Amino acid sequence: MTEQSKAEAMAVADLEQVYDALAEAIDRAGEAHDRLFLTKLVLLLANRCGDRQAVLEAIDAALQDL
Amino acid sequence: MHTPDSSPRASLYYDYKIHPFKPAPEQRGEQTRHPVAVVGAGPIGLALALDLARYGVASVVLEADVQVSEGSRAIVFTRRSMEILQQVGVAERMMEDALPWRSGNSIYRGQRVFRMEAPYDPDDRYQPMHNLQQQYLEQYLVEQCEQQSLIELRWGTRFVELLRNDDQVELLLDTPEGEYSLQADWLVACDGARSPVRSQLGLRMDGASYTGNFVIADIKIDIDLPTERLAFFDPDWNPGNTVLMHREPHGIWRLDYQLPAGETPEQALQPESLYGRIQAQLDMVGIDAPWQLDWCSVYSARAMTLPDYRHNRVLFAGDAAHMLPIFGVRGANTGLQDSQNLAWKLAARIQGWGGDVLLNSYSHERVGAAREIIEEAGKSTRFMTPPSNGYRLLRDATLSLSLSQPFVGPLFHWRTSRAHDYLDSPLNSGDKADNGPLTGAPLQNIRLAESDYLFDHLGGAFYLMLFAERPLDEPGLQLLQQRLQQEGVPFEIVQICRDLEQNDWPLLADPDGRIAAKYGAADGSALLARPDQHLCARWSQLDLDRVEKAIRIALGKSN
Ligand SMILES: Cc1cc2nc3c(=O)[nH]c(=O)nc-3n(C[C@H](O)[C@H](O)[C@H](O)COP(=O)(O)OP(=O)(O)OC[C@H]3O[C@@H](n4cnc5c(N)ncnc54)[C@H](O)[C@@H]3O)c2cc1C
Repeated sequence: MTEQSKAEAMAVADLEQVYDALAEAIDRAGEAHDRLFLTKLVLLLANRCGDRQAVLEAIDAALQDL
Repeated sequence: MHTPDSSPRASLYYDYKIHPFKPAPEQRGEQTRHPVAVVGAGPIGLALALDLARYGVASVVLEADVQVSEGSRAIVFTRRSMEILQQVGVAERMMEDALPWRSGNSIYRGQRVFRMEAPYDPDDRYQPMHNLQQQYLEQYLVEQCEQQSLIELRWGTRFVELLRNDDQVELLLDTPEGEYSLQADWLVACDGARSPVRSQLGLRMDGASYTGNFVIADIKIDIDLPTERLAFFDPDWNPGNTVLMHREPHGIWRLDYQLPAGETPEQALQPESLYGRIQAQLDMVGIDAPWQLDWCSVYSARAMTLPDYRHNRVLFAGDAAHMLPIFGVRGANTGLQDSQNLAWKLAARIQGWGGDVLLNSYSHERVGAAREIIEEAGKSTRFMTPPSNGYRLLRDATLSLSLSQPFVGPLFHWRTSRAHDYLDSPLNSGDKADNGPLTGAPLQNIRLAESDYLFDHLGGAFYLMLFAERPLDEPGLQLLQQRLQQEGVPFEIVQICRDLEQNDWPLLADPDGRIAAKYGAADGSALLARPDQHLCARWSQLDLDRVEKAIRIALGKSN
């Protein structure tokens, strides 16, 4: 499974919940710490995902269109 | 002394007609007790008066102004609204000019990153959306009221004070010829977002106000683009903000754009800022046609509702009851569903065929609907006008991803007003649905023939829909119908039969079982619909005792 099709496997309602939870967590982290928080989060998710290739692909995708 | 502005409002496309104040019978010393007083002749008050008249209930509609809405305001009407407006007799008129549509586009960095089509079922008479300026809707409703002897429309009559709300209501009204008081059994407050009736009762709405302000501008311009919703995110001329474009009939386009943070409405409406920004938007889309401004206003997103729409003999509907964000065309469309839900219940209560608790169920069902809409609208609003740093980052990340990752499409929240399913209504009973519309949901329209649909035949009545091989010849059915009609309950029976060649209302031919499939019905199934076209019970096998019981439950008369 590629990174993208995995992400699409997430139900819209779940995606929406993640959206809100993440937005609120960023606000809780505060502007002084939001980058640290987000980087930690990616490392945690990468470890959970356990698929190095998928994580590297996602990093490339996220670098696009900045 | 109330002196309404009686010079016709300015408009490039709409001729405002003045409806002069006429002294009321009360001002000549005649006292009448009106069954229903409606405050506010906006779309909701007018639709409600027409709907009440369908049941034979007379009403007096009190309107402070002497002309219809200033500016186009609500321009998008949903299929459900059209179905409701069909019932009160103005849908056909609206369809003469309305622009039907169903597609929404989200544009970011010049690319269309998300397109969505609202589903359209060929069994539906109306498309998902129709654009028409609110003045026309109001005008058609007014003209329809003028045809109706049960409705008395009093222009130039301002509600001032609620003098009584016990076993009747009494209102103090102000007019160009001074004040008078009016007696009624019931008052329905359809007096809009600032509802003076609501303030009189000291009622508070709960919910949220969002920070984003939007300019709404109507311009007269010739643009050769289809009728679709266009949403532009983060355009170069308005960084970080959102711009919407909608086509209206009569050569008008609606532009909505968000104001930069910290800018006041007064600043935003300065001609220099206004004209410059509209031009910048047109330039971005690549349109160099000349244009003229027709109307503009500033709108801030709020998502609030009264927690209860009933206060003894005072009921609230439309913007007076709730204020909803414009994203997703919820204002007028939600209000029309309120009026349709309320009309039959109030009529039943007044005429004695329904119990008093029916009016509580109005509040229960419609407050529930408003809360659900607020929840959904909150999501769109948080995307369109992010309320915090976190939400802004998420929105910007979604936009950036949208250029290469389709999975984020649904996060654009292209959601629109829809009919609420009254799933937890106290009026529901019967068996659980395995298929087809759930109990509490609106009926599904059915195309019967060329320009002939199920809903065209429905009036203000309960409908028992029976599915069978051939028409039932069951004396119990007729007895039930007679008994109910004697009690004043409008009740009709529709039979949908596989073994029929031709439609002959109320007998419908369903040779290929298409209607039955739509309704999740099998031979022998029975469905009961309320006068507002919502299902309130269904059974896999017809049982007349259970039908009668379900009708009592739906009438708030079960105990
Ligand atoms: C600037 C603006 C832009 C909008 N744009 C959109 C849009 O794009 N899409 C959308 O879906 N909705 C929009 N809306 C909302 C939409 O117009 C309302 O949801 C809709 O009009 C609600 O209808 P109503 O009958 O409940 O209230 P209203 O249409 O507000 O009618 C209330 C009536 O009560 C009357 N009234 C008030 N006080 C008194 C009194 N004391 N005595 C007697 N009469 C009184 C008023 O004169 C008015 O006629 C907009 C609203 C505004 C203000």
